[in-house]
Amino acid sequence: MDTIKLTIDNREIEVPKGTTILNAAKQMGISIPTLCHFEFKGMDVHNRPGGCRLCVVEVAGRRNLAPACVTECMPDMVVRTNSMRVINARRTVLELMLSDHPNDCLQCAKSGKCELQALAIRFGIRSNPFVGPDHAQSSYQIEVSPSIIRDMNKCVMCRRCEMMCNEMQTVGALSAIERGFPAVVSTAFNQHLDHSPCTFCGQCVAVCPVGALTEVDNTAKVIRAIVDPSKKTVVQVAPAVRVALGEEFGMKPGSIVTGKLTAALKALGFDYVFDTDWSADLTIMEEGTELLGRLKRFLGGDKDVKLPILTSCCPAWVNFFEHQFPELKELPSTAKSPQQMFGAMAKSYFAEKINCKREDMVCISVMPCLAKKYECGRDEFKVNGNPDVDFSITTRELAALIKQANIDFTKLPEEEFDSPLGESTGAAVIFGTTGGVIEAAVRTAYEVYTGKQCPKIDFEELRGLEGIRSATIDFDGLPINIGIAHGLKNARKLLEDIKAGKCNFHAIEIMACPGGCIDGGGQPLHHGNGDIIKARWEAIYQADKEMPIRKSHENPSIQTLYKEFLGEPCGHKSHELLHTHYFDRQTTVEVDLNK
Amino acid sequence: MDKIIIKMKKEVSDKIIEICDRFNNAPGELINVLHQTQDYLGYLPAEAQELIAERLHIPTAKVYGVVSFYSFFTMQPKGKYPVSVCMGTACYVRGAEKILDAFEKELGVMPGETDKDGLFSLTSLRCVGACGLAPVALVDGKVFGRLAPANVKAIVNEYREMDKQ
Repeated sequence: MDTIKLTIDNREIEVPKGTTILNAAKQMGISIPTLCHFEFKGMDVHNRPGGCRLCVVEVAGRRNLAPACVTECMPDMVVRTNSMRVINARRTVLELMLSDHPNDCLQCAKSGKCELQALAIRFGIRSNPFVGPDHAQSSYQIEVSPSIIRDMNKCVMCRRCEMMCNEMQTVGALSAIERGFPAVVSTAFNQHLDHSPCTFCGQCVAVCPVGALTEVDNTAKVIRAIVDPSKKTVVQVAPAVRVALGEEFGMKPGSIVTGKLTAALKALGFDYVFDTDWSADLTIMEEGTELLGRLKRFLGGDKDVKLPILTSCCPAWVNFFEHQFPELKELPSTAKSPQQMFGAMAKSYFAEKINCKREDMVCISVMPCLAKKYECGRDEFKVNGNPDVDFSITTRELAALIKQANIDFTKLPEEEFDSPLGESTGAAVIFGTTGGVIEAAVRTAYEVYTGKQCPKIDFEELRGLEGIRSATIDFDGLPINIGIAHGLKNARKLLEDIKAGKCNFHAIEIMACPGGCIDGGGQPLHHGNGDIIKARWEAIYQADKEMPIRKSHENPSIQTLYKEFLGEPCGHKSHELLHTHYFDRQTTVEVDLNK
Repeated sequence: MDKIIIKMKKEVSDKIIEICDRFNNAPGELINVLHQTQDYLGYLPAEAQELIAERLHIPTAKVYGVVSFYSFFTMQPKGKYPVSVCMGTACYVRGAEKILDAFEKELGVMPGETDKDGLFSLTSLRCVGACGLAPVALVDGKVFGRLAPANVKAIVNEYREMDKQ
C-alpha cells in the first residue's frame, strides 16, 4: 500500500494514500472540530460536503485555509491545525453560524447532545459580533409529523439528513432547496413530511448534529396515563432497547440491562410491564406458518403463489414499499409487526383476562424506532377509533423519563417481566438486529416443516453486518434460499432483482435501519461510532444465548394463548387480530382524458 | 394513506415525456430537461416536476431543489403579456428603478409574479441592447423606449384594451 509522510502540528505521521488531513490528525489524537462531516464506520456511510468550514487548517505554501475533511494528505505536507489564523477563522465561522441560530438552548430537545452547542462551549463563545437588529435570521414554520419534528430554524445545512435520506436509504424525501438565507433541507414543494415519500425511519434524526430534527416527544402523555386512576397502563419493550438503554446512564455500549429496565418501568408506576419479545414469538408463529403455507403451495405446483415472502416487522420498510414498490405489495407477510400484535392481544386477550374495558387500557410501547410512533396511528390498527397501541416512546425518551423520576438506573435491582405477556425466548430477542427475524423464523419453520428437532440453534450464516447477505438452509433435504438486507438502499437492490425476475429466494428479511433496530432512529445517539453498533449487535446474540428457551414455538405462554384464545396459527381469529394489508401510496402522474 | 394521483393534460404529458426521451431520461440532463420544459410551458408547475422526476428516476425533492435554486426557473405561470424592465447600467442610471416601481404599482405585483387575471407577469432583466433608448421595457416582446413612469399606465391600458377585443 502506498503511504505518505507529512507533518501535522510539528509531528510526523505516515498514512495510506487517500487519507484526509482530518483522519490523519485523528490518528494522532488531534481532534479537528467539524459539523457537517459524518462517517459511520462499517456501514458505508459518508457525508463530507466540505460545507461548514469549521475544520479549516493551515497548509504551508497554500494561500487559503484548507478544509481538512476533504483535503487529502500529500507528501511532505506541513499542516497546522491550531495556529492563530486557523483559530480565528474557526471562531468567525462559528459566530456566523450562531448568528443565524435561535438561542433557545435551555428548551431545545438536543440540549446537552448538540454538536453546535458543544463547539460553542469548546470555543468559549460568550458574545457574538454578528448578532444584532441588522442581522437577518432565517424563519421557517416548525413542522410536526407523527414521528418527526422539523424545526429548520436550527438547521446548519450540514446536509447529513439529506445524505441519509438519499444515499443510505434511497427514500428521496429530503433535498436542499432554495439559495442564500432561505436555503434549507426540505421536501419537494416544501410539503409536509406526511405528503412526501418519508418512511419515518428516523435516520435523519439520528445524525442531525443540532435540534433541527427531533422525535415527537410522548413522555408527558406517559406520565399523564400513569397518574390517571381510571386507566390501566400496559407497557411493552422492544428487544433492541435492552442492549442500548444503559448507554444513556454511562454504562458501556453493549450492556444488557433487561432486568434493570424492567425494574425501572415498575418504579415508574406502569401497571403491567410486558415484553415485545412475547409478541415477537407470536409473530414467528404467524409469519412462519404463512411462509410454510406459501412454500407448500409452491412445491405443490401452484404458479400463483407469492414468493419470496418478505418480512413485515419494520414499519419504515412497510412505508418504503408502499411508496416505492406498490406493485410488490402482495409479497410481504400479512403478519402485523410485534408492536401491533402486542397491542391487539393486550386489548383483547389480556383485557378479557383482567376484566378491563378497551377504553380503560392505555397500551404504551418503548421502541428503538421513530416509525413505530407513526405505525400506532395507522387507521387499520384501530378499533372504533381506539388504537391497539396508544403511543410509542423511544429508548431516548424512556431514559429521560427515568431521569425525571429520580431513579438511579445503574443501582436498580434486576426484576422480571410480568406474566403472561412478558414470557419470551431467545428467538425473540434477536429480532433486534439484522438477520434475527429470519433466523428466529428458521428455528421454528424447520421443526414445524420437518417434524424433527433442528440439529442446531445458532445459524451463523444468517448473521453479520454486511448490507446484503444470503444463505441456503437445508430443511432436511429441501434447500431454502434466504436473503437479508438492512438499510433501505440495500432493500431497493433486492426489490429491483425481484422485479427483474433475477431472484431465487424463498424468504427475505428486510430492516430499514443500517444494522437493524439496534441502530434505530430512536436509540441513544452513536455519533458515527460503529463500535457502539457492533457492541449492541454482540449483546443481542449474548442475550439470546442466555435465554433458557430459544425457539418461539416452545414459548409456553404462546402455546397457552393459542389453546385458550386464538385456536391455530393463521386461523380465523389470527387473521382478524394479527394480520393486516398494505396500500399503494405512490405518487403517480396520470393523463386526464377529460381535458 | 391515500395514493396521490396527479392529473395532467395528455398533450402536456406527451410533450414532457418527449423532452425527457430526447435526453435519454438521463438524471444528469435534469437542467436541460427543465429548460426545455419551461420553454414549452412558460413555467414549471409541480405536476411537470413530478413527471420529470418519474421519467428520470430521481426524487421529486431533487428536481424541486434544482428548480428552487436557479432564479431562471419559475413555478409561476407567465402572464399572457410578459413585462420585462431593463435594469442594465444605461437604463439604471436613467431611472429604470422608477419604471419598475411604476409597473409594480400599476399591475399590483412584485417582480417574479403574475397578476391575478393572468394577463401580465413582471420581471427585470439585464440589457436588451437598446441602450440608446434607455430606459427600456419589453412588453410581449415589443420594445418601449425613453420611458417615464407616467407612460406606464398608458402602455398597460393599451394591452388591456387589446385583450378585451
